Amino acid sequence: MAARDEVLLTIENLRIEGLSGEDWTEIVHGVDLTLHKGEVMGLIGESGAGKSTIGLAAMGFARDGCRISGGRVTFDGIDLTAAAPAELRGLRGTRIAYVAQSAAASFNPAHKIIDQHTETPVHYGIEDRETARKDAMELYAQLRLPNPEEIGFRYPHQVSGGQLQRAMTAMAMACRPDLIIFDEPTTALDVTTQIEVLAAIRDIVDQFNTAAIYITHDLAVVAQMADTIKVLLKGTEVEEAPTEQMLSNPAEDYTKSLWAVRSFERPIKQRPTDTEPLLSIKGIDAAYGPVKVLDDVSFDIHPGMTVAVVGESGSGKSTTARCVTGLLPPTKGEIWMDGAALPARYQDRSRDQLRQAQMIYQMADTALNPKVRISEIIGRPARFYSGLKGADLTRRVDELLELIELEPDAYRDRLPGELSGGQKQRIGIARALAAEPRFIICDEVTSALDQLVAEGILRLLGRLQDELGLAYMFITHDLATVRAIADEVVVMQHGRVVEQGPKDDMFRPPHHSYTDLLLSSVPEMDPNWLTELLKARSAAGASEAATI
Amino acid sequence: MSDPVFIALCLGGLAAAVLVTWRMGQMSAMRTLIFCLILAGLLALFLGAPALRFSAIVAGLVAISAAASWVFRAALLMVAPTSMGPALRAAPLTAAFGMLVITIYAIAGIFAPLIAPFGEAEVIAGAFAPADGTMILGADQLGRDMFSRIIFGARNTVGLALLATTLAFLAGAAAGLFAAVRGGWIDQILGRVVDVIMSVPSLVFALLILSILGTNLTIIVIVIAVIYAPRVFRLTRAVAGGVVTMDYIEAARLRGEGDWYLIRREILPNASAPLVAEFGLEFCFVFLLISGLSFLGLGIQPPTADWGSMVRESATMISFGITTPLIPAGAIALLTVAVNFVVDWMLYRSSGLKV
Repeated sequence: MAARDEVLLTIENLRIEGLSGEDWTEIVHGVDLTLHKGEVMGLIGESGAGKSTIGLAAMGFARDGCRISGGRVTFDGIDLTAAAPAELRGLRGTRIAYVAQSAAASFNPAHKIIDQHTETPVHYGIEDRETARKDAMELYAQLRLPNPEEIGFRYPHQVSGGQLQRAMTAMAMACRPDLIIFDEPTTALDVTTQIEVLAAIRDIVDQFNTAAIYITHDLAVVAQMADTIKVLLKGTEVEEAPTEQMLSNPAEDYTKSLWAVRSFERPIKQRPTDTEPLLSIKGIDAAYGPVKVLDDVSFDIHPGMTVAVVGESGSGKSTTARCVTGLLPPTKGEIWMDGAALPARYQDRSRDQLRQAQMIYQMADTALNPKVRISEIIGRPARFYSGLKGADLTRRVDELLELIELEPDAYRDRLPGELSGGQKQRIGIARALAAEPRFIICDEVTSALDQLVAEGILRLLGRLQDELGLAYMFITHDLATVRAIADEVVVMQHGRVVEQGPKDDMFRPPHHSYTDLLLSSVPEMDPNWLTELLKARSAAGASEAATI
Repeated sequence: MSDPVFIALCLGGLAAAVLVTWRMGQMSAMRTLIFCLILAGLLALFLGAPALRFSAIVAGLVAISAAASWVFRAALLMVAPTSMGPALRAAPLTAAFGMLVITIYAIAGIFAPLIAPFGEAEVIAGAFAPADGTMILGADQLGRDMFSRIIFGARNTVGLALLATTLAFLAGAAAGLFAAVRGGWIDQILGRVVDVIMSVPSLVFALLILSILGTNLTIIVIVIAVIYAPRVFRLTRAVAGGVVTMDYIEAARLRGEGDWYLIRREILPNASAPLVAEFGLEFCFVFLLISGLSFLGLGIQPPTADWGSMVRESATMISFGITTPLIPAGAIALLTVAVNFVVDWMLYRSSGLKV
């Protein structure tokens, strides 16, 4: 912790307006912020809180359709709101850098990584091309990228997501800026990859004494990274405090509610011993063309139980769901429902078999037809399976809307575009319920939602399970969700089931080594968690190396 | 009339037009008029009265069509159902102008025998007789009334184009949607058939078929539909292909819905915006192709009035300074512009595109 008394960035009474239709509406209502040299500030809040907008404003930038309507942003004595475009251009990239959420979308796919890296320093004449390349390779090494000499000469699609995110951090470091804005740099990554990126970012920020604004909605992540935390809600500041104090003793109710979400947990249900499994996956293999993605996957789902399927992306969780629904016929093995084998292809299944298993999707935006009204989205399955018509159908739609805690009169005639993310997901649930299923596949249903909204969805799913006796196959990569809702857990890696059993057993050692890695990678609220974990892992690595 | 008085009158008239348009709240039309005003002033300075007269006429035409469109939109607002009200009120003047022109053409086409003062093949004067009390547009090369033939031409040319475009759309869009929903070998076969049709230059293809099978109206319509359906197929398949990957399509499939439901309820509402725009464009192309075929002598046969052949029959006269061939050509141009105005507006509305 170097001397941090020198102020680098001040934001005073920042107001930002956004264009909605024809009118300008204020979306950031007077936020103040002071950042010292070498300090890391975490900005947290739900989507729509104005985190990213404020982050961009710290560079004197407003997105298309937004404008800075009031206040001052002063960076090292320069007023960015009044600075000429040429002056801003000179600052951005060299003294202020930005790391975006999706590195895959932010790199130009047509150029090599290192060429994009060296563009800024070469353009501003800070370094010549050769020096810039050498420097890039050093940064790659410091960020623990494999083959730092060579990796820069690949194209963005030739490296993994976590590596790309680190390459982007390296790129932001290219001119040794005084300030870096990190806009959710690890949100799109798996927990195990997230650790590496977090550690790399933290090291490099420490090493160069760079100040940073770290934007995220994940409290545990911000606890590892930030010296101070600022909580935002709907464009206003809720509170700001040093990390330790904020975690142990938040002052505001809103902050407390954010903290409390993490402790939500449903009582576990014991699997009844005498029942037959509702759904039984028996040794299925599956492949996309010649690529085998599932290898001998087997597990059972009992009536009224929640089975969480966890694993990183690419582990075969969603493919298993596609096999169960019949979208991808398995190459080997069978899926049994109610003691009889289901036809492999959904086209060959009977209407009743289709009705029994419904699906809720991750992206509610693409799961609901934007041109169809809510009453029809929910009403169609009821009409299709049960043949309801007229007044009966309307009554059923209202009933379903009430079930998902939305006011029928207010929502019946809306289009999906007129709903919030959480409401859309509720409609997705209602559509599944309309079929009166016994089994629902939930594919990452909460990963696109804010924590408070996600908690609401999980509570709703729990209540519906209790009332309707539904069984869930809950696909997720988020172990906090698993802890909250699962009765049984299936851990998958590389298309295989590596471990399965009741939830309590899974969260208690001994684990399979992969389960252990997954579990230990879930960020915790303790600010020292990352340091401790890395220490433990390097110790373990050393002892392993010693035994070999 | 002396020149200064004439110039003053024209400028005064233009200024009045600007004022009227401005009061109607039409910025773009007003800008056009102000431009005309400045241009007219400059022309008058350098070239004298005739140039001024020309620009004054142009500006007057813009002002009159703007006013007519405004009145037409107001009239539409009165007769249209209330649900259409807000959309219509927000319609730009260009769209209203397009609708006005299309309405006029439709009325002319439908009620042609009632409106036209003479029959379409009736010889009433000498060749290229100038306009007079009975013939407001003069006579063509055989002494037939130009105005009557334009009116009948609206019925024949536009009707035929509409029929052919609709047919091309029904066939192309149906095949495209089917290919997108089914995929696999059905998609492949349809796609390759379309490639084969598109590999033959369209005009050559039309000439070939029409010379073999003869120039009867049914064959013209079918040939044109065959030529244009592949373009519609490609567009529809591309648009629907994007929609088909959405999760809501998967949800509907897993529900057990049939292809017809998927196409009608899930895909079509999300693909209609580009299709509507394409319809407007294709209509214009078809219209021009029919006119082109008529010009070449393989389209609608004389003595049936048709704008394309009317241009051809009197085309040579343009070198003698006779403006007769410009009238049907202008009729074609006007409709093309009008249709595109309306389509632009519909596209803007259904897609939420920002201009």
